[in-house]
Amino acid sequence: MSKKPSKGGAPALDMTPMVDLAFLLVTFFMLTASFRMAEPVTVDPPSSIGEITLPDNHIMVTIDNTGRAFFGISNAEAKVNALAKMSEKYKVSFTPEQIKKFSGLPSFGVDIKDLPNYINASENERITFKGQKGIPLDSTNNQLKDWISNGGAEAVRIYERAKDKAKEANQELKAEKPRYAIKCDGKTKYIFVKDVVKAFTDLKIYQFNLITGLEAKPTN
Amino acid sequence: MAEIAEGGGGGHKGGKKRAKKQSTRIDMTPMVDLAFLLLTFFVLTSTFSKPKSMELTFPVDDKDQPEIKNEVKNGITFLLTKDDKIFYYEKEFKGKDQPEPTQLKELSFDQSSLHKYLADKNKWATDQIKTLETQFKSKQLVDSVYKRKVREVKADKESPTFLIKTDDKASYKNVIDLIDELNINLVGKYVVIDMLKSELELVNEKTGGTP
Repeated sequence: MSKKPSKGGAPALDMTPMVDLAFLLVTFFMLTASFRMAEPVTVDPPSSIGEITLPDNHIMVTIDNTGRAFFGISNAEAKVNALAKMSEKYKVSFTPEQIKKFSGLPSFGVDIKDLPNYINASENERITFKGQKGIPLDSTNNQLKDWISNGGAEAVRIYERAKDKAKEANQELKAEKPRYAIKCDGKTKYIFVKDVVKAFTDLKIYQFNLITGLEAKPTN
Repeated sequence: MAEIAEGGGGGHKGGKKRAKKQSTRIDMTPMVDLAFLLLTFFVLTSTFSKPKSMELTFPVDDKDQPEIKNEVKNGITFLLTKDDKIFYYEKEFKGKDQPEPTQLKELSFDQSSLHKYLADKNKWATDQIKTLETQFKSKQLVDSVYKRKVREVKADKESPTFLIKTDDKASYKNVIDLIDELNINLVGKYVVIDMLKSELELVNEKTGGTP
């Protein structure tokens, strides 16, 4: 205690470490943050003790509590390729700008005929978009099945390509195999889930990750 | 050095003015403010946890094969319906025209009912796995052997196979809750399949609903 603080004045406080830390954290969060666009619907999945984290590479069907189905692919390239195939099949054309915008969308639940308008809409307009009735999946117009089939094929192709590349370069494979995920609201009637599962099993896809909230394991 | 800038307070002891030696301290308060503002923003907006999931495999929907699903000898069938109701019967289904027709019993989703029932039914497998676990923990078993043995116990013929069937009114949450409860009780064999017409009739009789 050699130095006495001067009377009356504010005590000098060395803030350097604190500020250093603050900036370190800011940098960390800035670099790790990945911005996502808002999902078109909020679903509240039931909780389970399942501890498997959803793989980054996934194809996800979201079902909300009224039974509307939404479709999303995590891989942007696969998403764009799937869109190209779908636009060919359903004779709906997209401008390059729309395709670019589409690749950034998280998931969507509109008929492909409404998709151009949906893409053009602003983020706020999309939430209240009129055509957002879920992707049609009845037997006469099963667009969801086509999305899954095309999206799945593209995601697998991209994965295979990454695998070959890694093999050639003798590197460790970083890409993971695409998984199929179903995210569904707890209040949804199971019959809607059954319809979606039917679309998958028709394509000979039987294994799913059902997204659930985390719940503690009972300890007895 | 980042110090709180003082408003020209005690810096002039002795009354002498030393203008040339005046420190070049900058007021860093706004910068620090901004840094913390950004920090707060990123902390609040970042989502660390990726969604968790449970894996589930659905049965192959093969129309060419005859119905083998209902010939499970050691089977327990759960029937889920509206209002979070859950019914079950054991062994194979017997219609009304057969001797000893199947009677549905009711369970509820609270801990005491369903959990107790499952713990009781799957006691054999649970005990086996617990012994294996203690062996594994005391280093009597290696990791791979332990995992293989647990798998074998779960697939053993002794343990019952659970069939989960839902009608049109059951909610997704009930299905997940039931599967979760099966997982908690270390059940290895369960499957989600469609309800038979005769089963649906029985359920409707119980709930008083119309098909």
